[in-house]
Amino acid sequence: MNQRQPSVALFVTCLVDQVHPEVGIATVRLLERLGFKVLFPAGQTCCGQPFYNSGFPAEARRLAKKTIEDLEGFDTVVLPSGSCTAMIRAEYSHLLAEEAEWKRRGEELAGRTFELSEFLSQQGVGLRTGEVYGLVTYHDSCHMCRILKVREAPRRLLKEAGFKVVEMREPDRCCGFGGLFSQRMPEVSSAMTEEKLRQAAETGARTVTTADPGCLMQMRRIAERLPDSPEIEHLAVLLERQNR
Amino acid sequence: MSAGMREFRQRAQIALEDARLQNALENATGRFWNSRREALERLPDSDGLRDHFKEMRAATLADLAPHWRTFEKMAEMHGTRIHWAQTGEEASRILLQVAGEHGAKLAVKSKSMTSEEIRLNHSLEASGIQTVETDLGEWIVQLAGEDPSHIIAPAIHKTKEQVADLFEAEAGKAVPADIPKLTEHARRRLRGRFLKAGIGISGVNIAVAESGSLVLVTNEGNGRMVTSLPPVHVAIVGIEKIAPTWADAAVWLSLLARSATGQPLSIYTNVITGPRQESDPDGPLEVHLIVLDNGRSDLLGTKYEEALQCIRCGACLNVCPVYREAGGHAYGSPYSGPIGAVISPLLFGLERNVALPQASSLCGACLDVCPARIDLPRMLIELRSDSVEKGLLPAPERIAELAAARVLEQAGLMELAGKIGRIGQRFASKNLPKLADQSFREWWRNR
Repeated sequence: MNQRQPSVALFVTCLVDQVHPEVGIATVRLLERLGFKVLFPAGQTCCGQPFYNSGFPAEARRLAKKTIEDLEGFDTVVLPSGSCTAMIRAEYSHLLAEEAEWKRRGEELAGRTFELSEFLSQQGVGLRTGEVYGLVTYHDSCHMCRILKVREAPRRLLKEAGFKVVEMREPDRCCGFGGLFSQRMPEVSSAMTEEKLRQAAETGARTVTTADPGCLMQMRRIAERLPDSPEIEHLAVLLERQNR
Repeated sequence: MSAGMREFRQRAQIALEDARLQNALENATGRFWNSRREALERLPDSDGLRDHFKEMRAATLADLAPHWRTFEKMAEMHGTRIHWAQTGEEASRILLQVAGEHGAKLAVKSKSMTSEEIRLNHSLEASGIQTVETDLGEWIVQLAGEDPSHIIAPAIHKTKEQVADLFEAEAGKAVPADIPKLTEHARRRLRGRFLKAGIGISGVNIAVAESGSLVLVTNEGNGRMVTSLPPVHVAIVGIEKIAPTWADAAVWLSLLARSATGQPLSIYTNVITGPRQESDPDGPLEVHLIVLDNGRSDLLGTKYEEALQCIRCGACLNVCPVYREAGGHAYGSPYSGPIGAVISPLLFGLERNVALPQASSLCGACLDVCPARIDLPRMLIELRSDSVEKGLLPAPERIAELAAARVLEQAGLMELAGKIGRIGQRFASKNLPKLADQSFREWWRNR
């Protein structure tokens, strides 16, 4: 039995590691409960996206190569982050375009790297239906829905786990994070987040959920300043809570 | 025209604090966006059409000169006079010369973003030629002494009450803040100007090479008046807005209004092929076309050539979450929103517009809706990278990024930095992410 247990390598992402470890913990527990053996390649740090997006391609390239090396030899890599998955899947081959061997290795990694809900959905795992505990609204994080084109999987999983999902007017409107954008343009960034949270509140949902730690961090930070904001949780945390 | 970091943030702040503006922006852009989506859904294969359009635009730009040679030959055959302008100053000079030859003292204008780009109205007014914008939105903005804040809806930031006040100040009598009454007032005021004007100035949506024709679309009919009532019509066009054939122009038109406002076609689609002829006695005595480069040809053959595929539909503005909060004036350029954030630095200098490539969360909504599928997020990233290379990023930020990358290259260093950060963050800005008490990897090791 143990020999046939499928294993997945967790690329937890730097943001989850340092800021939202509960997301990584929930991801591990959920995957294990669903029958996967979870491995944690210890050398892993950051996929390089923050550097790529802010105009430091050389630094991004170094981190991309490091990530490729760290994740070599694992059949399947799972991330609790749509945007880091999109970085590996869509941008590594551009970033490494001029180094054929690295480009090949990047593309090879891209082929076995999956965002968590995408992975669970493809595996056809059966989630346990927990007690329904209120309305949830799902925020489509930008790179998850526009680059990975994953929109349905997280919603399906939420419903399977017993949540009633209500939609925002613009579920795929950016939450305002954008990495360093939130630091460089804090006024506009916060206004974008407030708009997002306003739309979330309009749905009457008790919880806003998303598959990206960046959005989670941003929405929580701004929600703290606002009265009556819904609770904000990562998808992995909600799914794990229902599958205890 | 410039947008440094502080300038952009300050102008955006003004917009953010203006509740009426926020409302107007949100509603108008939302309406355009919905209409666009419905209009594209009604096409049998809008994705295929956009792919085809992109290929056509890319192929045209890859070999621009022969198309302009064909255009010039055909247009001159029909009596249009072509002027080539390297810079905005040159274009203004040409226009003033034509106006001078005809002793024009009053110019009427149909909406032209290209003329905004070169600040043509300033040059005209400085030479004593009274210039009246006749597109309703442009006229409102002109009366307010402001710049347009949206590519296709220049006065998107104005409420009807504000418009009524502007009209009252211009006419010297009260005008009710009621939209039909406001437009009727504008029609009446502008009618006399059309008849008196010595010169009509317009932009061009598409120059069609095979027949030497100019295509101009409007919703108000003012374009038709500007290009047919005054004795002289001068049109101004950027070198990128050329379609080799009418078949190409047809695809272009099928996407332009749908992407802009959701209309299948604008109310008026004018085709101008030269001045009046014996066989066609309507229209002006002379038609002039100023073909403007103003930095565009420098982009040909570079990683930014794709930006020239833009047809100025404004769809990217309507979906941009940054534009929808910050408004158009924050960009300090006639071109705002995602396309403005890309082309303003390219045409007017990155040094003077350092904030623009940063004014994006890279959400990608613009790429999703662009009729030419221009990869604006990619170009924003390229411009950020250029900014770093040109030393336009403040030194502390640059050093912090380089140091952070070094730290992240080793898991041990990252962990150490995290531990130091947890202590240090007690004294740090509340805007920074708060580090967890125990990192994931510590939990993993201890489980």
